[in-house]
Amino acid sequence: MKKNLSVSIKLTVAMILLCAVVFPLLISFIGKLTPGSGKGEKLSVNGKVVGYANIGQQFTGDNYFQGRPSAVDYNAASSAGSNKGPSNPDYLQVVSDRIDSFLAHNPGVNKEQIPADLVTASGSGLDPDISPEAALVQVYRVAVARKLDPQKVNDLVYRHIEAPLAGMFGPSKVNVLKLNIALDEIQ
Amino acid sequence: MLMTSEITGVIVMFLITVLLSYPLGKYISRVFLGEKTITDFMNPVERFLFRVCGINPAEGMNWKQFLRSLLTINMLWLVYAFLLLLFQDKLPLNPDGNPAQTPDLAFNTAISFLVNCDLQHYSGESGLTYLTQLFVITFLMFVSAATGIAALVAVLNGLREKTTQNLGNFWMIFTKTITRILLPLCIIGAVLLAFNGTPTSFDGKDTIVTLQGDSVQVSRGPAAAMIAVKHIGTNGGGWFGVNSAHPLENPSYFTNMLEMVMQMLLPLAMIFALDFYLKRRKLARVLFGVMTIGMLLLLIPTIITEINGNPAIAKMGITQSTGAMEGKEVRFGPAASAYWSVITTVISTGSVNSMHDSSMPVSGLMQLLGMLVNAFYGGCGVGILNYLIYIIIAVFISGLMVGRTPEFMGHKVEAREIKIAVLVTLLSGFLVKGFTALAAYMLVQHANAAWAVQPGNWLNNPSFHGFSEMLYEFTSANANNGSGFEGLGDNNIFWNVTSGFVLLLARFLPIIAPIAIVGLMANKKFIPESPGTLRTDSWTFGMMTFAVIIVLTALSYFPALALGPIAEYFSLQ
Repeated sequence: MKKNLSVSIKLTVAMILLCAVVFPLLISFIGKLTPGSGKGEKLSVNGKVVGYANIGQQFTGDNYFQGRPSAVDYNAASSAGSNKGPSNPDYLQVVSDRIDSFLAHNPGVNKEQIPADLVTASGSGLDPDISPEAALVQVYRVAVARKLDPQKVNDLVYRHIEAPLAGMFGPSKVNVLKLNIALDEIQ
Repeated sequence: MLMTSEITGVIVMFLITVLLSYPLGKYISRVFLGEKTITDFMNPVERFLFRVCGINPAEGMNWKQFLRSLLTINMLWLVYAFLLLLFQDKLPLNPDGNPAQTPDLAFNTAISFLVNCDLQHYSGESGLTYLTQLFVITFLMFVSAATGIAALVAVLNGLREKTTQNLGNFWMIFTKTITRILLPLCIIGAVLLAFNGTPTSFDGKDTIVTLQGDSVQVSRGPAAAMIAVKHIGTNGGGWFGVNSAHPLENPSYFTNMLEMVMQMLLPLAMIFALDFYLKRRKLARVLFGVMTIGMLLLLIPTIITEINGNPAIAKMGITQSTGAMEGKEVRFGPAASAYWSVITTVISTGSVNSMHDSSMPVSGLMQLLGMLVNAFYGGCGVGILNYLIYIIIAVFISGLMVGRTPEFMGHKVEAREIKIAVLVTLLSGFLVKGFTALAAYMLVQHANAAWAVQPGNWLNNPSFHGFSEMLYEFTSANANNGSGFEGLGDNNIFWNVTSGFVLLLARFLPIIAPIAIVGLMANKKFIPESPGTLRTDSWTFGMMTFAVIIVLTALSYFPALALGPIAEYFSLQ
């Protein structure tokens, strides 16, 4: 018993050094060589940082493409999903309200044109992407709000559709922040 | 068209895992047989560790000595982790100024990571410091995975010899698991994650002004190292609150594939290692076959139901061309989210890339079943141990059916071994159903108890789904899984303490039992196989084991499942 305990203590100290000190420091050092120097890839406009490429942010105005509903209002210091179950009546009411609000802001759009990702909250509350359908359905509203030619905005969306990985795996998507930065640039 | 690329992604993820795990299994077998491997450059490091710690790697241990060593060091880690979490606010490496954990939360967190479960009743952004993320969480992720693998190697050692007392040296097997298997794989995984957008820097929160002019804080941290071992060791606890749904923890479809392959790699490789280690190819094939069939039976309905979307939202007139999206991320889509939710529950990782609380009822049912079986691959090391318990029971039942003495691998299985196996199996049902009943009782009878979260408020959803939230929590604790229906308000003394005890019992008894069974069996006289032996490596016997699993899990939990996901399914139609 005594021997077990003494071996346990020594081996624990050794493993703390190996697994909790040497290993993370090694990775942290290698991380300095990565594109964002291990701090996350940032996006800038005219030299001013406007956000992280991978972290979604809130857009409330009609003149920007909007991302997905978020359970934490895109607070990137505390991620969370809504954790609402599919049969929860309060939750279904919220979805229904989101549909009505979207229709009010996007005249001319029919219900069946609204993709589900625009009226459901993401898992992280920080989803940076929307589906291509979700971007295209907002084109007319954004173009009107900015007094731009809808065709021009439409083309911009198409240029920002990211294809599946290697063209074969997973869904297509549009990064909302990148799209909106490009939108500001054509003004 | 859209869905094709998503399904292809899932199939390719699975195939890559199988292709990589086969040579890895061969390598693992060579490591523990002491044969030449490409990591022999670690020899001097290990010799140094053994000398400093006073370990004689050649010294054999019988099953009792082996368990004594394993349990001693595990109890030491529990005390160590508990103390660090309790005083983390006063220790260095806390750039965000996060507070200490309360005693009941620290108790739950320490146990949860010690037992490879990783239920989290806190959010990583605010509930831990960088010091405890590394010195408690990352450390325990390594050593708890190594404990599970060491337990399996002990069992294999017992099955390998005709008659033996010696199950190997725990310290040696444990150390080599870390230096030869976990560390090399984690370094590769962490570097790949770092180059694909996962942060590695020790900088604290960043403050930015967004494009539309809001001021926002962004949590970060040296996450890549921890995320690698979280998956390689089938641990599952996230750096950030939402785990691998977080866009820094899992930034792209590529990292999603990578993390998926990483978590499934060792559970699969251990099956192939068993093949090489015991020279029982047929047994390994049957094991792999039965487990894969079981996994697919859970996976296929889940993918279909998630792609079809939520019927209640369809009724509102919305086209769900991208499937059921509540709680899911656009970059993964419904198919890869469904695949993850099934794999993470069958192999006991418990990390998530979508919120299981918002899954469709059929998916919730499949996730629960995956955890109740806990042996369709299962956690690294312990999955095969759980399966072994099912085999012992199947050997006993089929022995009774055909009128032969039950035998497994040349050793008689007698009353003592069977009693142990049955007790462990019954324990699960008792813990899961007993504690869920207690929680439901508290909810109804003591809704206003003065706890941090009052029982009347701890459910995030009403009705059947609310019941599922409680059932899921104890099922996850009992399976040492760690995923959750996270709507549950679980950071209060009731959930912290009850699930803490479930975690401890459900981890160590299923590790002690197979080692004891094999220790007892290996002591007995070896009986060579004859035409009269009931062959345990045949497909017929594989199907027999499968039937035992169905009876012991699906059927015995059916009433509880009927009150939760099954009732919710019918209410949505």
